[in-house]
Amino acid sequence: MLTILFDGVAYGMLLFVVACGLAVTLGLMNFVNLAHGAFAMAGGYLTVIMVNRLGLPFLSALPLAFVLTAVIGVVLERTLYIHVYSKTHLEQVLFSIGLVFMSVAAVDYVMGSQQQFVSIPTYLQGQINLFGVGIGRYRLLIILVCSLLTLALQFALASTRFGSRLRAAVDDARVARGLGINVNAVFAVTFAVGSGLAGLGGALGAEILGLDPHFPLKFMIYFLIVVTVGGTSSITGPFIASLVLGIGDVAGKYYAPQFGSFIIYIIMIVVLIWRPQGLFSRAVAK
Amino acid sequence: MSLPASYSPAAQQASNILAVRARWSPLEVAFWLAAVASIFLLSSKHLILTEIAILGLFALSLDLILGYAGIVSLGHAAFFGFGAYVAGILAKYGIIKEPVLALLASGLAATVLGFVTSFLVLRGSDLTRLMVTLGVALVLREIANRLDITGGADGLQGIVMEPLLGHFPFDIFGKTAYVYSLTVLFVLFLITRRIVNSPFGLSLRSVRGNPLRAAAIGIHVNGRLVAVYTIAAGIAGIAGALLTQTTQFASLSVLDFERSADVLLILIIGGTGYLYGGLIGAVLFKLVQDYLANVTPQYWQFWLGLALVMMIMFGRVYGAVIAALIFALCTATKLPFMQSIIFTVVLVLVLGVVRPHILKITSAITERAIALQQSLKARLSRRGSA
Repeated sequence: MLTILFDGVAYGMLLFVVACGLAVTLGLMNFVNLAHGAFAMAGGYLTVIMVNRLGLPFLSALPLAFVLTAVIGVVLERTLYIHVYSKTHLEQVLFSIGLVFMSVAAVDYVMGSQQQFVSIPTYLQGQINLFGVGIGRYRLLIILVCSLLTLALQFALASTRFGSRLRAAVDDARVARGLGINVNAVFAVTFAVGSGLAGLGGALGAEILGLDPHFPLKFMIYFLIVVTVGGTSSITGPFIASLVLGIGDVAGKYYAPQFGSFIIYIIMIVVLIWRPQGLFSRAVAK
Repeated sequence: MSLPASYSPAAQQASNILAVRARWSPLEVAFWLAAVASIFLLSSKHLILTEIAILGLFALSLDLILGYAGIVSLGHAAFFGFGAYVAGILAKYGIIKEPVLALLASGLAATVLGFVTSFLVLRGSDLTRLMVTLGVALVLREIANRLDITGGADGLQGIVMEPLLGHFPFDIFGKTAYVYSLTVLFVLFLITRRIVNSPFGLSLRSVRGNPLRAAAIGIHVNGRLVAVYTIAAGIAGIAGALLTQTTQFASLSVLDFERSADVLLILIIGGTGYLYGGLIGAVLFKLVQDYLANVTPQYWQFWLGLALVMMIMFGRVYGAVIAALIFALCTATKLPFMQSIIFTVVLVLVLGVVRPHILKITSAITERAIALQQSLKARLSRRGSA
């Protein structure tokens, strides 16, 4: 019972790390990026290549995955995404679906369609027994890393100069520009960090979520649920939403496998109808 | 159809506008004549033509809600798939044996589903609608995956169709299937055409343009949206039922996210809000898909994605042309797929950087073309008057 809870928390944390980048682009920059999962996939595959083929240690591959996906993110943002910010939501959806299709086909060709596994070092395998609760070491690592990241993010957004610039840029880009804030640069950095986090989440989650070329499509809905249900006005909303989603999903698959992901979709629809701005956000008068 | 003189001049004027719109242009007649001719001239291509007709019908239904009412949907496959499964179950268990009746029943079932779920799309922004429609489709897919009656992941197998109207059996060359699909498409097209050219259709456009203002001039916005969503769901359901009846098979793929995305893409290719967009888009999409699947089986989605990205970045026509050029370059030089991927990605990034310059060129071309068209028109009308 507690093990399930623990696994659920680890799963939810993973979802959060991947999805918080989306929370930023979708909620703050108002850009519907369905290709967000593709960045997570990129992070996962980069880790597979680095660890399995190049023989890098797993723990040093993780930050590299973050940096590399962030670089990919910023390149794409500067060249492609920047033209699409001002388009309608529908066009943004189509644009990012196009990117997803391209990445799925390309990865399928380059890496093969079978599921990939990262070889995890032995000291991260197995379980430790804590007060009679079996706790997977790898999941413990995930929870540790993700909690640290969450705290860091919360701090960066709420208390740093960059955080306040970002919030200003989002609230009113024109006024922020007038105050001398380089809005484009702020967005680019934010996008890079968001995609880097997705890459890190993908690298960490390759083991738990399963990594194959259809990853972006399979998990797209999960990331979107986290963001839309959690709301986008703060970091805590998506955080709670992803924890609930993670625990619910793991518990649901364990206790009521015949329902599968069914319940989650229903909950999402109900929440969206009940509170279109998300569960944890105040209604914005716009 | 002129109104009695007791109506106000404004109403007369509106009625005249609608009457002009409802007139059949020679191009439209030519389009349908070509469709009829394809029955006899392209008899070896009936299978793919049937698919095109079904896709076209599906896209038509999406056009009703997207192009006319402005409801974005990422889950329109929900109704398509629902109709497909209902038709499959009706035929497999012999509940309604006659295909046309079964088709109507499936359409009716999808209509009911559309009515029930239409209340979900009334609230919230575009994003909420995208998510909710996507969620509905996913829930249905999950149900179809779990239930025994739908066959789960194996799909509905062993469907045997009775002869159409009791007289025309489905042949292996697909002639009956094609004539049947085309007829259904035409009938539903007529109905849709009547709907969008009616006062109801006009009010839908006003809702799309500005819901607040539409409500202010006395249009019951939510009522209109519910109505059109329900109708569109019914048409999508009939399209799905047609697919089951002509292929004698229904699988989970009818409810896939890709199907919703494809139909959206078809509509974007063909253009929204003028009914023929979905049909033309379906023809183009299916032909291109068929060709690409032959050239690079398995990986054709890469080129599809490229086309999408380019079309959003450079506009519909120019984007498609650019994507086609890149593809042609890769195939003409017989580049292996690996190198084509790298080449394409690099090229796309470069195109992204130089986009402002390209837009200057494309808008110059567009201006030229418009000027040329106008001068041609002027010359023609001068000749006509002289």
